[in-house]
Amino acid sequence: MPFFYHIIGEIQGLTLLCIRAIVNVFQKPRYFKDTFTQMEAIGIGSISIILLTGLFTGGVMALQSAKSLRSFGAVNLTGQLVALSLVRELGPVLAALMVAGRVGSGIASQLGSMVVTEQIDAMRALGTDPTKKLVTPRVIATTTMLPLLTIATDLFGLIGGWLVSFYTLKLNTSLYWNTAMRALSYNDLCEGLIKPIIFGFIIGIVGCYCGLQTTGGTRGVGLATTRAVVMSSILVIVADFFISKLVLEFRY
Amino acid sequence: MSIIRFENVSKSFQNRPVLHNFNMEIQTGEMKVILGAGGSGKTTILKMILGLVKPDSGKVYIEGNNITDLEEAELNIIRNKIGMVFQEGALFDYLTVGENVAYRMRENKIYDEKEIVEKVQELLGFVGLESSINQFPSQLSGGMIRRAGIARALSDNPSILLYDEPTAGLDPITSRSICELVMKLRDIEGVISIFVTHDLGSTTTLTSEFAEMQTDGKIKFKESTNILNLVKTRIIMVRGGTVFFEGNNDDFHNTKEEYIQEFLS
Repeated sequence: MPFFYHIIGEIQGLTLLCIRAIVNVFQKPRYFKDTFTQMEAIGIGSISIILLTGLFTGGVMALQSAKSLRSFGAVNLTGQLVALSLVRELGPVLAALMVAGRVGSGIASQLGSMVVTEQIDAMRALGTDPTKKLVTPRVIATTTMLPLLTIATDLFGLIGGWLVSFYTLKLNTSLYWNTAMRALSYNDLCEGLIKPIIFGFIIGIVGCYCGLQTTGGTRGVGLATTRAVVMSSILVIVADFFISKLVLEFRY
Repeated sequence: MSIIRFENVSKSFQNRPVLHNFNMEIQTGEMKVILGAGGSGKTTILKMILGLVKPDSGKVYIEGNNITDLEEAELNIIRNKIGMVFQEGALFDYLTVGENVAYRMRENKIYDEKEIVEKVQELLGFVGLESSINQFPSQLSGGMIRRAGIARALSDNPSILLYDEPTAGLDPITSRSICELVMKLRDIEGVISIFVTHDLGSTTTLTSEFAEMQTDGKIKFKESTNILNLVKTRIIMVRGGTVFFEGNNDDFHNTKEEYIQEFLS
């Protein structure tokens, strides 16, 4: 029973923080400078890991799919397979998981250290609402930056797929890009961009929630960081399933 | 009229009672030195005055207003009148000392940037940290962090100052310099203050000495027992979640209470 109450408590806390983070967007004071600083740290700071993730995932997709496609004599469709799976599924999820690991943990540990060193209390004592000053700017930053980072993952993934197709599978460049581009429909792009908006929100809010819930000194900060990464990664994967299911329902 | 009043306040953390029917009253010009062992609820008292912790039962009044059930936005108006010095300083580590001190003034947007810079320099001058204005908290020593904390608490001229163990873990000379700042604020600026501590040395300094401005503008610290500011400085001992003893320095040292004798030895 205590475990059940604990889960209900977590859901309640997370929901309340979500509501406050959203309501804060429409209320003064707004912290534009903090929001832009976070956007820069989260967006620009994550480019390198996104580039590497995208490039190598695209590459390995091309390698693995070509093996199966060859048995059907359809190696020339490698571009299509890489493009579809990257844009609809792998790009958003992988970018989200990488950002959860890099940014979600960073948010949780920063806010967690602020809690244990009483900086959050000091902020409240100085008349500032920490959800306005710290939570909303971070949530806005993750929600707006993750779609852009996902686009970068998709692009680098396609480039990775092309490099493998061209140098290893000896596929024609224009054939790869043509099949890749023609495979993608407007709906695929929409699905590929709706997902990261929701994932970004999840990563931001979970990171902030776990950080602000920190108790018990530096050990607590470590636990909060781990919790943030685990919780946001799982929520991203679960949300991915439900969004995919919803989108498929609407399509057909 | 009492400025701060606690009325039968009780508070428990994870089923462990910290305060039990706690009553306290602070009048204009008073200073209370709250003594108590670790975990006796001293910090909780300060956090309740700021509305950072809500009592389980009972009421807290600030300037006659019951703040127990106020919303965060309403509490912020009350908080603007209060400055708090946290135990470890609690300076924002991503801001410089100057930005930390300017924080409240920039948030409240009452002053223009030129006035803020002047006020920050004045406040840092008061605590003797003019040269550290552009340093980050991580570059400061323990004593400097507490002094910067005092400067930040003083920004925007609060009428009430709360000190949460500002001398804990400091060497006697640095502790003395912090106490001198507290006395200057009490005796020359007339700020109402609550000083929470478990350090007997600081308690004795604060309850037996006072600051006096000389004709040349310099400040001297003198010992006395019957000056008004010292009469208004009282020691409160918290034990078992309630006020165990209240009195001045002499009462405190002359009491026959066994627990206090043990505390003093």
